[in-house]
Amino acid sequence: MTIVKENEQRMLDAVEKAIQQHGDSRDELIPILTDVNRTLGYLPSEALEEISRKLKSPRSQLFSVASFYHMLSTKPRGKHVIQFCESAPCHVVGGREVWQALQDTLQLDSGETSEDGKWTLITTSCLGLCGVGPVVVIDDDAYGNLTAEQIPAILERYND
Amino acid sequence: MKTIRSMVLVSSDPLSMERGAQQVFDNLQSEIKSFGLEDEISLSMVGDVGRHDALPLVIVYPEATIYGPVKPQDTRLLVEEHLYKGRTASELTASIRELSGKIAWVNARKGTIPAQQRIVLQRAGIIDPTNIEDYIVHDGYQALGKVLTEMTPADVINELKNSGLRGRGGAGFPTGLKWGFVAGTGNKKKYVVCNADESEPGTFKDRLILEGDPHSILEAMTIAAYAVGADEGYVYVRGEYALAQERLKIAIEQAKEMGMLGDNIFGTNFSFNIHVHSGAGAYICGEETALLESIEGRRGEPRPRPPYPTTEGLWGKPTLVNNVETLANVPAIIFHGADWFRSFGTPSSPGTKVYTILGNVNVTGLIEVPMGITLREVITIYAKGMKNGATFKMAQTGGSSGSIIPASLQDTPMDYDSFSRSGVSLGSGALLICDDNNCVVDLAKVLQNFFRVESCSKCNPCRIGNERAYQILNNISEGTGTMQDLEDLTMISTNLSELSNCGLGQTAGTPIRDVLDHFRAEVEAHIKLKVCPTGVCPMSGKRK
Repeated sequence: MTIVKENEQRMLDAVEKAIQQHGDSRDELIPILTDVNRTLGYLPSEALEEISRKLKSPRSQLFSVASFYHMLSTKPRGKHVIQFCESAPCHVVGGREVWQALQDTLQLDSGETSEDGKWTLITTSCLGLCGVGPVVVIDDDAYGNLTAEQIPAILERYND
Repeated sequence: MKTIRSMVLVSSDPLSMERGAQQVFDNLQSEIKSFGLEDEISLSMVGDVGRHDALPLVIVYPEATIYGPVKPQDTRLLVEEHLYKGRTASELTASIRELSGKIAWVNARKGTIPAQQRIVLQRAGIIDPTNIEDYIVHDGYQALGKVLTEMTPADVINELKNSGLRGRGGAGFPTGLKWGFVAGTGNKKKYVVCNADESEPGTFKDRLILEGDPHSILEAMTIAAYAVGADEGYVYVRGEYALAQERLKIAIEQAKEMGMLGDNIFGTNFSFNIHVHSGAGAYICGEETALLESIEGRRGEPRPRPPYPTTEGLWGKPTLVNNVETLANVPAIIFHGADWFRSFGTPSSPGTKVYTILGNVNVTGLIEVPMGITLREVITIYAKGMKNGATFKMAQTGGSSGSIIPASLQDTPMDYDSFSRSGVSLGSGALLICDDNNCVVDLAKVLQNFFRVESCSKCNPCRIGNERAYQILNNISEGTGTMQDLEDLTMISTNLSELSNCGLGQTAGTPIRDVLDHFRAEVEAHIKLKVCPTGVCPMSGKRK
């Protein structure tokens, strides 16, 4: 019971903080959602409900925005989110092999989260780091000029 | 970031050494130290500089002042006058006659080798982007001062029209004309929006401008606001560019403190404020009406046009939307004049263009060169040739909505008009260069997948067309395509460009069209012979 309450409090705090920072105007919805998403890792429906109350905006509208943008997630994500760039510039310089290595090492497909909740693997469009493709971004760390052989060693670094 | 203010070169050819160049160098080094300038001045020996009448020479950059012959006892005066007090020690300068071609060449060389012509990136990588003073020292805010004190809004727009600047976001619309539209509307409240939602695959020029020279965008937006009569502005930066957002916010604070932004700029009665708005990951928000929807806090779905943003934009008010690279040209045009700007590039597309070079070449990265350079020049000079000596097969310009250019078009000048005559698009300036190990079907599949994922799904031609085109390309790559599929692809491509609501859908059919126009035989080999000539496609025999 206490764990549930703690989670709820964490969620309310995240919403409160984001609204304090950006104000409770409807125009600020995307910055608010981005902040809450960053703090909680995703947007739980309870958080959306709370934001909807605070902004006096229907939940359907909030959900329509939350589900539109790639950086917002309405589903729980793993502790570490791996973004693989699947756009053409990374593709032609060996991206395909890197993607295969990621899937093989993690045993995950695009959009899946590992059972232990450690990894989420997603493909993304261009990240603007094309000069050093193929590119993988893990949480906030960008890795460029990758080869398939480097993948296991890079994943090793996230052993916390 | 440590900034080197001056670079001092001492000639060290045999004749100079004989005449005491080493002593001059050592003395300079200790004098620079004694004035405490060792962190701001770099000192180095250079070889023969091509002038033998006044050795040893000491050359100070960036001014390119040439002193000579310099004796060891002259060094104190030189350091004190030029490097410490900042004025030329005229009694030590070499006579102006006989400036050799080589020195002129050294002086003209800007940026990295080989020569580039930098306008929008002139300060990126040279100044400290978090320090407004660095920007001011490099002619920053001079154009704004000129605009606010000497020019009327109409003057500014005329100057821009005369410069011939065209939008660098991809469409190439004349910038001065657009400013004129917004200025011509009667509304009291207007907005200036900078489109920094750079998401075209292969494009990162705007990121470098924002990260390396954020004040240039603030200055340009303020000039634009004065010209069109706006008092509020937004920079819409894509969510992934955290560093760019941070640097912009720092720049805004500093500009406000200095009175170059905010209320009563430069003590005039003109006021302008800028907000930074972060995107949240959606390619479509680079489309200007989708961008406006997103600023207003909604899904980034493009609005029907007309009305255009110039008359009905942000919150229904007239809004000027310009790309980062377009804006970065503005202060330089105002500062140096339209004629100066027209001296670069081609008559119909003046100025420079920033290109990102990517793919199977030896050097990838970013260059800024005059409009009208050819693809062959880019590959051989700047990209240092194809990797592993492979053969150039095709290039993809301007991100995913650009064109696929076959090798036969690599000598076409890259400017808006020459390209549109050849039926290709310059797009955002990405040059994805592919060698003959790449399969056209595979490339088209990756490009179509991008549109399939990034379509906002609001209108049917785009949502269904891209999905279906991807499936067909996938079947061809699996060896299960039919000749009827090619007919269908052509039809989808036409429908996409003619029926879609916004620019994304209208350009999404370009890769298919280009592949079928230029590489039809290779596609047909997949269907008729069940063979992928490059061995890239899986050809597993599965069909979706």
